[in-house]
Amino acid sequence: MTLELNDPKSIAEDSGSGSVFTAKDRLTAFFETWPPLVLFALFWIAFSAFVVAFAPLIAPYDFMSMDLPSRLTPPVFFGGVWTHPLGTDELGRDVLSRLIISIRISVVIAFLSTLIAATLGVTLGFLAAYFRGRVEQLILILIDAQASMPFMIIALAVLAFLGNSLTLFVILMGFYGWERIARIARGLAISANEQGYATAVRDLGASPWRIYSRHILPNIASTLIVSMTLNFPEVILLESGLSFLGLGIQPPMTSLGNMVGYGRDYIQSAPWIMLAPSVAIVLTTLSISIVGDWMRDLFDPTLK
Amino acid sequence: MLRYTLLRILRALITVTLIVSLAFVILRLSGDPAIIILGPEAPPEAYAAFRTNWGLDQPIWIQYLKYFGAVSQGDLGNSMRDGRSALQVVGERVPLTLAITIPALFLKILIGLPAGICAALYRNTYIDRLIMTVSVMGFTVPSFVLGLVLALIFAVKLGWLPSGGSDTWQHAILPILTMGLIGAAVIARFTRSAMLEVLGQPYIRSASAKGLVWREVVTSHALPNAAIPTLTIVGFMVGSLVAGAVVVESVFSWPGVGRLLVTAVANRDLAVVQVILLFIGFTMVFANLTVDLLYGWVDPRLRTKQLQAGS
Amino acid sequence: MSAAETPLLSVTNLKRHYDVRLPGGLFGTPATLKAVDGISFEIMKGKTLGLVGESGCGKSTTAKLVLGHIPVTAGEIRFDGEKVTANHNAQWRALRRRMQMIYQDPLGALDRRLSVADQIGEPIQIHAPETPKAERDERVASLMADVGLRRDMADRFPHELSGGQRQRVVIARALSLKPDLLVGDEPVSALDVSIQAQVLNLLDDLRQSTGFTALFISHDLKVVRQMSDRVAVMYLGRIVESGAPEEVFRRPQHPYTQALVSAIPTIRRSAVANRIVLKGDPPNPVNAPSGCPFHTRCPSAIAQCKSEVPALLETAGHKVACHLVNNAPAGAGIAAE
Repeated sequence: MTLELNDPKSIAEDSGSGSVFTAKDRLTAFFETWPPLVLFALFWIAFSAFVVAFAPLIAPYDFMSMDLPSRLTPPVFFGGVWTHPLGTDELGRDVLSRLIISIRISVVIAFLSTLIAATLGVTLGFLAAYFRGRVEQLILILIDAQASMPFMIIALAVLAFLGNSLTLFVILMGFYGWERIARIARGLAISANEQGYATAVRDLGASPWRIYSRHILPNIASTLIVSMTLNFPEVILLESGLSFLGLGIQPPMTSLGNMVGYGRDYIQSAPWIMLAPSVAIVLTTLSISIVGDWMRDLFDPTLK
Repeated sequence: MLRYTLLRILRALITVTLIVSLAFVILRLSGDPAIIILGPEAPPEAYAAFRTNWGLDQPIWIQYLKYFGAVSQGDLGNSMRDGRSALQVVGERVPLTLAITIPALFLKILIGLPAGICAALYRNTYIDRLIMTVSVMGFTVPSFVLGLVLALIFAVKLGWLPSGGSDTWQHAILPILTMGLIGAAVIARFTRSAMLEVLGQPYIRSASAKGLVWREVVTSHALPNAAIPTLTIVGFMVGSLVAGAVVVESVFSWPGVGRLLVTAVANRDLAVVQVILLFIGFTMVFANLTVDLLYGWVDPRLRTKQLQAGS
Repeated sequence: MSAAETPLLSVTNLKRHYDVRLPGGLFGTPATLKAVDGISFEIMKGKTLGLVGESGCGKSTTAKLVLGHIPVTAGEIRFDGEKVTANHNAQWRALRRRMQMIYQDPLGALDRRLSVADQIGEPIQIHAPETPKAERDERVASLMADVGLRRDMADRFPHELSGGQRQRVVIARALSLKPDLLVGDEPVSALDVSIQAQVLNLLDDLRQSTGFTALFISHDLKVVRQMSDRVAVMYLGRIVESGAPEEVFRRPQHPYTQALVSAIPTIRRSAVANRIVLKGDPPNPVNAPSGCPFHTRCPSAIAQCKSEVPALLETAGHKVACHLVNNAPAGAGIAAE
């Protein structure tokens, strides 16, 4: 994702060498290719990626270390001090450090879950496209059933019956959105099979495994990546919702929803505990949605 | 039409079977159903009776069939908290949930539908951009964040409304507002893209080329056609009248089904969780079925499309 | 052609029918589309059969049936004595080493995301994965040279090539495993006329240097004439005439072949003057006419043609399925010339 951020620079340099356009035209052209909102979203994504990669190094404090004498310190500019830029919580833990770790955990969970959902969805979608007939009908029924139940309810039921652990939680989140990816993968694989190249490779003697993994998958990858991008913010919302209810990530671990959930008790006296992670959630999901929509319009106008 | 109806009903039945099976599987995966359903402190005779009743001493497929029997008779165990029938415990919370979700549904439609139509008709103008920006916010702001921010403003700072509980009608305002605003964003977006798709169709262009007044084209041709896809999302919302309030009820301590579900999950009151899972599953399937049948009735093209797809 | 020679490919009474639904009634009326309706032919080792006919006559279906790409409704295909099936199992895949196809649309037959070298080397990767990369690269380079592709094109992608170059890539890919049988389904019809001759000459040269057996399918008589040792003319799923190219094109016996041949402009004969213009379009193969399938458009049809299907009978290596020819005294026919 940092790669994408490099592109606008190179384009800016390119247009800098053109002498035909006036400065104003260049600026307009630049913002037409890269809308300000998209630039902002890409910036936030790059920033989050940086935070995810180097979280323990950036965080000024250990996210669990308590400092009771300085508990409920407000953020700087609201009567706080620079040692705790976003203030401290009810146990005197540094909100900024917790926020950094929370972003890391929420993003990593959403990333792993989306990967699981994509793997599951692509596999089932391809199986449906390959076997057709009864296997396809069965997979379509599963897709329908999954799509007709609010996932939150299924997740809550599974958590109630099977208890909670980090592994189970990530796998559970991985079941979110697989049905949409499966539908797309099935549709694309069927149309790929109707196009010449897949048939031609089959007629060369390639095994189905080779046809699907070496030929169809790379050909439909861009569409799949776009739909994965659109799945990602929804997983963050789901994870933070469950963690907010106290049924997702369990303390002493922390995640964005978890921070909001515990911060709501201090909504009157220390609203910053709850507002900081809320802003992080909204910025992250908003940025990824904007970039996802933008990528969809750019690469694949047929996908809605 | 009959064939289509029968196929849809068959599909709904399959989905219901899948939901009951899911409940059966996770129930069995989680340990001894007797202890899970009756709780750890029930008398030994109760366990014995339960095991015979549900056939736990018999092969798994007979247990599976008996489970279906138990579900169809509403024999779903008792709540661990107060020993009352889980069905009854859930049943008495349903009206409270509906008391906020039904007004919220009206709010969603009242705001979302005109906003979406407006955005589509003034496509690529500032009106469109404004509506869509607000709508994207609705997609990306979690309901608990919006709820807490509303509570912070209207309850904590301004002190106009209570922030939690269910004693007076004022308590219902913030939960309804939270759900209504978020749902309106969803409806607005769906309506806009449905409208844009319809407005791009050749028959709309030919209708306006024939010299029909644009207002007439929109009201008599575009709107009815755009209503069809929008109906699906509204149908999903009707189906989730009970399910959709889990987070919001928790934010505002509103004692509905959602709040009950969260506390039941936290306390592992599994009989109650099971009843809610099945109850929500059935309402969703029923709502989807109704919408699909209406859909097929409104749009004959869809019937044939579904038949050709072999589903 | 000596009697000791065995055919590499022999096809007996091949049929391919499709169940279709005609519009009308609640779910449509069931009907049968007879795409290929009982054809038989043999191709000797190293020889080339050309199959000609209008679009929709079942030529392409025949190509797919012969290679086992689609299952037959009835009939038998034997390749080197073994039965060809359409079960896409390991055995079927292994057989692809020996039989390959060239497609009408080269761009559609190539994976847009693979470079020219990867496309050509893919069959080697599939069938001889143990081949070291260096050896594979070498073989790809020599194949590219064989089909006349420049070395620097190895890293290009299909969309960066011209139509003729793409077809050369497809040909190189098909030949990479030195197949015994090559089936070309309209291999040049998607190319510019100037390129067509180049590609045909290339195929001719390759055939002489590598000695593959071939089935060439085209609607274009010139193409078939240049490439083939024998030709067969198809009409509505049946072979109506077959024989050596000179025989069939110089002295066409079947009225349909006569019409086709008369449509070729030559220097000596003005095409307009002697051209036999057929009435109407070919009938819908879903409700093919009874009797001789050609009788609805035949300028010299008699009563028998409407009721009886004419058999494909041989006179001195030249086979014709026409009542007028086969009932007439030997040699007389209804020769147009």
